[in-house]
Amino acid sequence: MLTLLGVAVIVVGFALRFNPLLVVVAAALTAGLAAGMTPLEVLAAFGKAFNTNRYVTIAWLVLPAIGVLERCGLQERARMTIQRLRGASAGRILLAYLLLRQFTAALGLTNVAGQAQTVRPLVAPMAEAAAEGAGPLQDADRERIKAMSAATDNVGLFFGEDIFMAIGSILLIVGFLDQSGITVEPLHLSVWAIPSAIAAFLVHGARLLLFDRKLAERRAGAPA
Amino acid sequence: MIGLPLVYLVAGAMFAAFAVLSAGDKANTRRWGNAAFWGLVAISFLLGDRLGDLGNGFLVLALALLAGTGRLGVGQPATTTPDARREMAQRLGARLFAPALVIPIITLAGTFIFKAVTFHGAPLVEAKNATLISLALAAVVAAILAQVMFQQPVAAPLQEGRRLMDLVGWAALLPQMLAALGAVFAVAGVGKTIGDLAVQWTPVDSRFAVVAAYCLGMAGFTILMGNAFAAFPVMTAGIALPLVVGRFHGDPAIVCAIGMLSGFCGTLLTPLAANFNLVPAALLQLKDRYGVIRAQAPTAVLMLVINMVLMNVLAFRV
Repeated sequence: MLTLLGVAVIVVGFALRFNPLLVVVAAALTAGLAAGMTPLEVLAAFGKAFNTNRYVTIAWLVLPAIGVLERCGLQERARMTIQRLRGASAGRILLAYLLLRQFTAALGLTNVAGQAQTVRPLVAPMAEAAAEGAGPLQDADRERIKAMSAATDNVGLFFGEDIFMAIGSILLIVGFLDQSGITVEPLHLSVWAIPSAIAAFLVHGARLLLFDRKLAERRAGAPA
Repeated sequence: MIGLPLVYLVAGAMFAAFAVLSAGDKANTRRWGNAAFWGLVAISFLLGDRLGDLGNGFLVLALALLAGTGRLGVGQPATTTPDARREMAQRLGARLFAPALVIPIITLAGTFIFKAVTFHGAPLVEAKNATLISLALAAVVAAILAQVMFQQPVAAPLQEGRRLMDLVGWAALLPQMLAALGAVFAVAGVGKTIGDLAVQWTPVDSRFAVVAAYCLGMAGFTILMGNAFAAFPVMTAGIALPLVVGRFHGDPAIVCAIGMLSGFCGTLLTPLAANFNLVPAALLQLKDRYGVIRAQAPTAVLMLVINMVLMNVLAFRV
């Protein structure tokens, strides 16, 4: 039971907004000490796991390419493309991106888009430009549009990827059930991810269209 | 055979370059902090396997202390002005999208082609890491292509990469740190303790109650641990298999598929899923660290309710 103190450290540390890296190290030490390990044993276990999980951080290799393109005006180009589009709005741009992200993730193409590859250089500037088409934007609304762009990428990814039968989570389920003596086909699992995927598209899509309305209301209410 | 070590070498070289360029950036008052931080990351990628477990532990501790004591600034490499960017965007037109599209195309092609290519009978590329290796290759090709196509300075990819990396800052390492924390929690038995508690609190007499307990348990455990994969074995062994499947005869495939998606609702709600929720906030320079979580929270909560209803309707039809 004492090991739960490690979880408590995480919850309190994140809630009080201490630096997350320090919070994580403190939580690891707390849980490890509570489980009867020595500080050096915990540090070694943590260091070992950090080293084996390095692949998580190699996603940043895309930054130089994105950086050069931004230097050459990629974000501005993305904005111009949207400004020519009639009837574009932040919500509709994001709705189209949601569909694209869910669809490609469902085909197993989870790495073709992402926060660094597409959201920062393309999707967020496009959504902002579309909203600007209807009039000037407040800073708070810019923040909301960027946050909603990142959120839409996550929702599309999470509720699309499980339709692909060779994705990690599906293989985990198959392996786990197999150990428990239950045989299921990956295809059978991925088919049953489809109802939730459709529901996620409807729920988040509806929120995106409402988002447009709220932006318009705030613009009408804001002092000119 | 090409595997992760080669990718780590490339990543290590990139972070080493960030460290060196940071050290020379006089516009950044905390340049030595940035140089030390990215330098340690470079050491981890280049020499991590030779440092030993304890050595890596001290490396992580140093990274956390540098970040936690506010030693990281934001570098200001010379870049183009907004006006120059608009002018280039006009002039270069749709060609600007080409290198950006190269990244998904090479990633995709590499994932399929690398698995099929053999050299003297052995596979050329480690099959299980084909996607990661393709992504790394794509990133390097796209950076070089952009630099050459648009005649940018040779140092531009690294300097612009550093500019973006400094915007993300310490948050860049948080996903890897949290993965390591998960391993320590597993050794300490944290997951099992939470799972036991959840099982004790589960009401066993109504079908909808056990379905709700499983879905809520998946989401709640994921919020606490940051990862639906950690929640799944504990909650499924504790609640789904004995109760939802065993006692009320739910279809295991449907129960598990929707259970996993309930866990994903938790992922959308937790700062512990840093690469999805905190890193984008840094990348987009949001003022509110939790802005992305706030934006997706209503979707996550509604989807959790919908998943419970779907499981209750779909899993017990026979």
